[in-house]
Amino acid sequence: MVFYTSLIWEYMKNYVKTKLTYRADFWVEVLSDLLFQATNLIFILVIFQHTNSLGGWSEAEVVFVYGYFMIPYGIFMSFINLWGFSERYIVKGEMDRVLTRPAHSLFQVILENIDPPSIIGSFVGAVILGICWAQLDIPFGIVELLVLIVMVIGSVLIYTGVYTALTAISFFSDAPTGILPLMFNIQGYGRYPITIYNRLIQVLLTWVVPFAFVGVYPAAYFLDQEITKSFALLTPVVGIVFFTGGLLFWNYGVRKYRGAGS
Amino acid sequence: MVSAYLDFIRIRFLMMLAYRVNYYSGILIYTLNIGVYYFTWQAIYGSQQTLGGFTVDQMTTYVAVSWMARAFYFNNLDREIANDIRDGSVAIQFIRPYNYVFVKMMQGLGEGLFRLLLFMGPGMIIACLLFPVKLPTDPAAWTAFLFMLLMSFLINSQINIFTGLLSFFVENNEGMMRMKRVLVDLFSGVIVPISLFPGWLSGIMKYLPFQAITFLPSSVFTGRIQGTGIWQVLGIQLLWFAILILPIYLMWRSARHRLFVQGG
Repeated sequence: MVFYTSLIWEYMKNYVKTKLTYRADFWVEVLSDLLFQATNLIFILVIFQHTNSLGGWSEAEVVFVYGYFMIPYGIFMSFINLWGFSERYIVKGEMDRVLTRPAHSLFQVILENIDPPSIIGSFVGAVILGICWAQLDIPFGIVELLVLIVMVIGSVLIYTGVYTALTAISFFSDAPTGILPLMFNIQGYGRYPITIYNRLIQVLLTWVVPFAFVGVYPAAYFLDQEITKSFALLTPVVGIVFFTGGLLFWNYGVRKYRGAGS
Repeated sequence: MVSAYLDFIRIRFLMMLAYRVNYYSGILIYTLNIGVYYFTWQAIYGSQQTLGGFTVDQMTTYVAVSWMARAFYFNNLDREIANDIRDGSVAIQFIRPYNYVFVKMMQGLGEGLFRLLLFMGPGMIIACLLFPVKLPTDPAAWTAFLFMLLMSFLINSQINIFTGLLSFFVENNEGMMRMKRVLVDLFSGVIVPISLFPGWLSGIMKYLPFQAITFLPSSVFTGRIQGTGIWQVLGIQLLWFAILILPIYLMWRSARHRLFVQGG
């Protein structure tokens, strides 16, 4: 444990050094992250100029879900950024370097790709959530806070599990995988009232790629919407299941991995 | 010389063929995207008949055709150029007997044609089977749309090339490339048709090139713009195409004096 903590510290120092080389770009990246978040928010705001409810949900409720979603999303983007894994580690062969070291391979890969500025999105999300929380007159106490924290942890675990599993596919095929960027579009759909979708999409977003547990379900816990509280509380369970699954698949992939040779 | 450029189209087309699997999964996911937006819009419409001048059917068609058009015009020329600049291989491009920017454009076209035939075509058929998409019957709308699609590709590629060439000046333009992608998706009208934006915002959009990428061609395709209006929007596209040549030309010219290679 001490070993892993010291690794985190060392990697962080390294990160700061590399970032200071391209200082202006750092701020552009923060800005572009926020802008990306803003586009989705703009979508919500624009459509509510033309309607009063989306499948029985009011504007404040939909924005509430969105604010919640931004918190786990920001944490995920900062600390578990597996973007471009295939190109960097498989095609260019950096995986071989990682595998010769004693720390767990996934842990190293994650640390080499941390992107702390994305966490700013989480703070913005928390502010949005707070504003809607007050607007909707939802009680706030120690219980709500604890539930919120557990939910966020569950959501981050789901993200990590799903993306780890998808990234691990690169161990089996060295073609640049196009699945990851496209999955990126799908993850957003878990934010909208799930009941508006066709049954097939609902099942997909709940059980196959459970992005609904990263948005609408956990947020509904606080919102008194038709999704029951006990169902919303499945979030951490689904998180643990998917995280474990993703990790096992990763380990399996590492065992099967033969190296691309370069 | 022309045949050399045509070869770049052909080579990229064949290269894309090697990564075919990506595109089969792509069709699936684009269809899912269209599906999700279709249901979202259904919920937004509720009992209303029209929104921002779109009927429900027009909106469905708009969503389907916009996403499929995106498959055609979308490319990563910005990233390719930025990588060439960062690893220094752009230096070799300077001494070769062709125009690097043209070559990139041709490679993008090769990629676009591949997606048009293997992605957009089949994807559109699937979308028509699954959702109530209404294709126009007027041959003029089809002809105009296909030509406008080509213009979308050119304008989008110009914006990409411009963003990529910025690497000459800012060393690491990862953030800018991300920002550009967000701007294009939002302001081109893929996510929300521009006519639904609040007045002041759609007013600003009219003076930006992004609407020429998705909103204008899709408006023609859904029949919102007809007759002489088609010529007008076509004019807007041509105008932007012409305007965007200038900054690219200037940047490419001054880049020759600025090139410094970061390692490699």
